[in-house]
Amino acid sequence: MHRFANPTRFLRLANAVLPWLGAAAVLLLGVGLWMALLRSPADYQQGETVRIMYVHVPAAWLAMAVYSTLAIASAAFLIWKHPLADLAARAASPIGAAFTVVALATGALWGQPMWGTWWVWDARLTSVLVLLFLYLGHIALTNAFDDPERGGRAGAVLALVGVVNLPIIKFSVDWWNTLHQPASVLRMGGSTIDPAMLTPLFVMAGGYVAVFAVALILRIRALYAERRLRQLRLSLPDA
Amino acid sequence: MSEFFAMGGYAAFVWPSYGIAFGVMAGLLVWAWTSARNGEAEVERLRAAGIDPRRRQAGEGVQG
Amino acid sequence: MSRGAYRSRKNRRLALILGGLAFLGAAAALVLTAFEDSVVFFFSPTDLADRQLAPGQRIRVGGLVEAGSVARGPGDGEIHFQVTDGTTTLPIRFVGVLPDLFREGQGVVAQGSLAGGTFEAEEVLAKHDETYMPPEVADALKRQGHWQPDGAPKGGGS
Repeated sequence: MHRFANPTRFLRLANAVLPWLGAAAVLLLGVGLWMALLRSPADYQQGETVRIMYVHVPAAWLAMAVYSTLAIASAAFLIWKHPLADLAARAASPIGAAFTVVALATGALWGQPMWGTWWVWDARLTSVLVLLFLYLGHIALTNAFDDPERGGRAGAVLALVGVVNLPIIKFSVDWWNTLHQPASVLRMGGSTIDPAMLTPLFVMAGGYVAVFAVALILRIRALYAERRLRQLRLSLPDA
Repeated sequence: MSEFFAMGGYAAFVWPSYGIAFGVMAGLLVWAWTSARNGEAEVERLRAAGIDPRRRQAGEGVQG
Repeated sequence: MSRGAYRSRKNRRLALILGGLAFLGAAAALVLTAFEDSVVFFFSPTDLADRQLAPGQRIRVGGLVEAGSVARGPGDGEIHFQVTDGTTTLPIRFVGVLPDLFREGQGVVAQGSLAGGTFEAEEVLAKHDETYMPPEVADALKRQGHWQPDGAPKGGGS
């Protein structure tokens, strides 16, 4: 494992795909918006509020996918001590927190008109709120140490402990009675969403993934620059 | 057209949802972009001033 | 440090992480099982019948609104309906505003307490299922007779 050779190679590769990812994000979100708002039908039960699904469900998927990224990066950092893995984990948590906030806020805006409440403490909603606190805890913990190596290790341990929450979020709606309905897309026996609604959902989700990738690369670049500046300042004689 | 914006009477829930989702993502990208640009500009500035963080690290034997 | 020693240390760290995760998962499963009563958001009418409730104890009950059971009155904003889980049916009385999605055959969660044989609800929330389709598709399904009639007991559901 070459300590700094790999970040450089990674960044060269990442910068090459960055414009393409940006273009994909604009295209997919543009087409997704058009399909979600203009080209998709209202629901037979939920009427026009079903359109909230196209911004809510991808945010919830990304909230969990980003946590998986964070956990894998954290495991890689603990096992191989690779600094790039530490940077990726630190870059992922604020992005994951942002998607979790979107999922919670749009969920409240959907819950109020349909369920009759902004919030309930059922297993699904509560476990997603725990996910937000895991992200915030990770951000706080990684920055709580003067030595970035120690901060990275503490954050990685927290991220791995929090992995237990992922299956709880996913299966909460099957294991316990919840107000939140069971899964519609990733379930046994296939999706229960009409194709006219499933297509805009997937296009929008593709756009969200592209936004995540762009933000992740940019944040890794920012953290890498930060670390180089830090190392420079430490090596200056008057520091 | 006004029917479209009314969202079947649920405008107060649908539009804020889209506003939050796209607002947060836009904010995320702007923050990520400016933080990367500012950090890299600072590194560049110091390098132009003759101080190369990477060369120093190489000197410390960290590289390779 | 020899290459072999480095590899074995990595393997040890990997094993430590996997072991830790397995341990944590088991602990979480035990805790969640032990506190299942507080993790579930509501009980079914059958659960409620099996359980000894203190008079006036607040609890949530959920199920499907039985088709044809909704009746308004006699009081202002008063509504009576039956909630079923397919096995047990529970009459509910509620005074207040119902959520938009409240309708016969749809899921519902009521919070309140049992008074006599009737559940006095303070709050009624709607619970929708996982199917999404345009109204035309729902109509077509009904015409072709592929529709599961509303309010039909769904075994083991919700």
